[in-house]
Amino acid sequence: MIRFILRRLLQVIPVFIGTTLLVYYMVFALPGDPIAALFGDRQPPQAVIDTLRSQYNLDQPFWVQYGLFLKNLFTFNLGNDFTGQPIAASLARVFPVTAMLAVEALAIQAIFGVAFGVFAGLRRGGWFDSTVLVASLVVIAVPTFVLGFVFQLVFGVQLGWAKPTVGANANWGTLLLPAVVLGLVSFAYVLRLTRASVSENMNADYVRTATAKGLSRPRVVLAHILRNSLIPVVTYLGANLGGLMGGAIVTEGIFNVPGVGNKLYQAVLRSEGPTIVSIVSVLVLVFVVANLLVDLLYAWLDPRIRYDQ
Amino acid sequence: MRFTRTSKALGIVAIAALALTGCGTGGGGSNDGASSAAGDPNKVITAYSNEPQNPLLPANTNEVYGGRVVNLLFEGLRSYDANGKAVNALADSIESSDAQNWTIKVKQGQKFTNGEAITAKTFVDSWNFAANSKNLQNNGFFFESIAGYDDVSAVDSTKGADGKTTTTPAPKADKMSGLQATDDSTITVKLAQPEADWSLRLGYSAFYPLPSAALADPKTYGENPVGNGPYKFEKQGSWVHDQSITLVKNPDYNGTRAAKNGGVTFKFYTDPGPAYTDLQSDNLDITDVLPSNALKTYVNDFPDRNATKAVATDSTLNIPGYNPNFQGEAGKLRRQALSYAINREEIAKVVFNGTRTPAKAFAPPVIDGFKEGIKGSEVLNFDPAKAKDLWAQADKIQPYDASKPLQIASNTDGGNKEWIDAVANGFKNNLGIQAEIQPFAKFAEVLNLRKSQQLPGLTRAGWQGDYPSLYNFLGPVWATGASSNYEKYSNPEFDKLLKDGLAAKSTDEANAKFNQAQEILFQDLPGLPLWDQARPIVWSNNITKAETGWNGEILYYGITAK
Repeated sequence: MIRFILRRLLQVIPVFIGTTLLVYYMVFALPGDPIAALFGDRQPPQAVIDTLRSQYNLDQPFWVQYGLFLKNLFTFNLGNDFTGQPIAASLARVFPVTAMLAVEALAIQAIFGVAFGVFAGLRRGGWFDSTVLVASLVVIAVPTFVLGFVFQLVFGVQLGWAKPTVGANANWGTLLLPAVVLGLVSFAYVLRLTRASVSENMNADYVRTATAKGLSRPRVVLAHILRNSLIPVVTYLGANLGGLMGGAIVTEGIFNVPGVGNKLYQAVLRSEGPTIVSIVSVLVLVFVVANLLVDLLYAWLDPRIRYDQ
Repeated sequence: MRFTRTSKALGIVAIAALALTGCGTGGGGSNDGASSAAGDPNKVITAYSNEPQNPLLPANTNEVYGGRVVNLLFEGLRSYDANGKAVNALADSIESSDAQNWTIKVKQGQKFTNGEAITAKTFVDSWNFAANSKNLQNNGFFFESIAGYDDVSAVDSTKGADGKTTTTPAPKADKMSGLQATDDSTITVKLAQPEADWSLRLGYSAFYPLPSAALADPKTYGENPVGNGPYKFEKQGSWVHDQSITLVKNPDYNGTRAAKNGGVTFKFYTDPGPAYTDLQSDNLDITDVLPSNALKTYVNDFPDRNATKAVATDSTLNIPGYNPNFQGEAGKLRRQALSYAINREEIAKVVFNGTRTPAKAFAPPVIDGFKEGIKGSEVLNFDPAKAKDLWAQADKIQPYDASKPLQIASNTDGGNKEWIDAVANGFKNNLGIQAEIQPFAKFAEVLNLRKSQQLPGLTRAGWQGDYPSLYNFLGPVWATGASSNYEKYSNPEFDKLLKDGLAAKSTDEANAKFNQAQEILFQDLPGLPLWDQARPIVWSNNITKAETGWNGEILYYGITAK
């Protein structure tokens, strides 16, 4: 068990170097001079530009730039972004916001997705099942940004149930609307996965045994059917968490959430290599840890799964 | 191995940790001041903005989002009223008999919000700081007219092994020789050469006074600036990065721009779309940036709650002189032909929904000294027959190289593609040549090519005035070697007229020279003037009235809340 965890954590190193190198190179290869771009039509004195350029090592060849970045990273000094703000501080600001959003979205899709999926799966072909199937198909088919704008207009502007944007006051309440939008598409997938898995396991031998032993219906459903049906769902949710942490650029943009997605978007616009790669580094860690947790959950869900040997 | 109790605990800890980090910023979410109290002069209004790019030092701020904050935090020797007229603010008088030696009397008894007194010396120190090359202030070059600037702003240029030159600050003096505080209330300024409109620029942010703390540690100060303007920071740390800046009324301010509201909270948006939605639900009070799809609808969406006013900006289509198709006499005729082939009127109406009007000169009409009907300005009319004729004449002198289509370089964000397509179609239909947009994802890419003289075709160019003066729209853009003259246009005759204008005794005389200089531009057409812009703003139900200034910046201090 411990060896398994260690082995998985060691895998972080090549993944980490590979992703940062790739991303850093892609930013490096972007055309245009990022420092000149900061100023647009009003160029400052050349000395200002040149000083900034050497401050951010932009006058160095790629390998030197990347090496210096890694060195700084391992000494826990992320440096400053192009506006002179410490990158570490801005990461500390954006990640909690996005984590909150991701957890909220994940909770929505997990709770409602699994609950609806179980009901649909238990009564396959019933009216609830058919309705939910069609509805989830619609949700999957509608792109997130359409859903975002519609929800924002209906609940934010017309009904006034929620503030249409998040802005400076990010808390569980204000993040609910974007979390619903963000969680809705995955909710449909979770529902469909759970439904398929549940309806398959309903006819498994151990379920018939449990029923024959005289166990109550809730006990059969929760402890025997559901628990065994969760493995594909948990895998999906684990992979999804990584996506939610880094990929909510569209949703964060629509609702003006000051999170990772927005920061990343701006950093890309400014070709800010160090900021982009710092964010990606954290995302790599989040992804690896989330998937490790998923793997550990497997054993709890299905005792037949072993980690060592 | 089975899933043991310890490993279960491990999992729970990890999940709890995730939840805890999530809670980190959650609890303290406060109301953003949008309470619905009626008729309150102390009400804090919320305004659209974005993260400033630099620490908030006036001489270092050269972009709009930092600029609007700085302009509210500080008061300079002069300020500009809504129409762009410069009026004395901290100056009691500004006088010069020869346009070269200036005497400025500073109002006494003025203080920064930290209690520090503002005297003539405050200004002298602040300006020397801003001009000094080692302080790396973006707007340092605004002091270039003052005698001794060259020493203070001196730099070293070294050529590296790869042939690139690197410029490093190497000031030869700390103080500009032409700038003196003779007593607490008097500043004397000697310019390197006479400049009639020099006093006009004294309202620009680079000339604001700085307290001594700013000069000692600019970076720390720039996070929590202390000024003397109509507003001040609400508290230390009012600038929440990537989120907002909160300003409150400065009760000690006694100038002409006194705040009619309790404060301004600038909320940061990375995109104007969500801001527009926020305005529709009164969740934001005012914006000066509309999403492009709202340009058609904002008047209906915000009836009686919108205003559109002309701003001092220029937009041109520049034609690089190094392009072989546009050289010599044939090139001159072709440049005219291109200008005649653009239907400015129709594009302004159809593409811009009337938020732009056809340009009439190389400077916008809102600027003092603007003149319509300058000799040669008839090229701004749409005349396809004449265009065709001129193009044919040029072909007789030197055939047009049509091997490649005529490209118009631009970044495609910000709604540029639509009008460039329209202009290119005009060239195609009226001149019978192939023309197309040369698209770039980012402004920086175009700028790089412009600087290194590598653009294959034409390029879009824009200029926003720093201070309301005719010279500011001509000198920095078209004079030989000027900072924003990327296409390196040069005409000694034009340069001379500018210089004569600067040396003129009166503003009227100066403006006459500048307008004469524009005649040269109309002959040479290094760029084709396109349109004058107007800036639409919309506001929420919480506000009774708002307007913009000469440069399109909202006059936040004049906003009254319901």
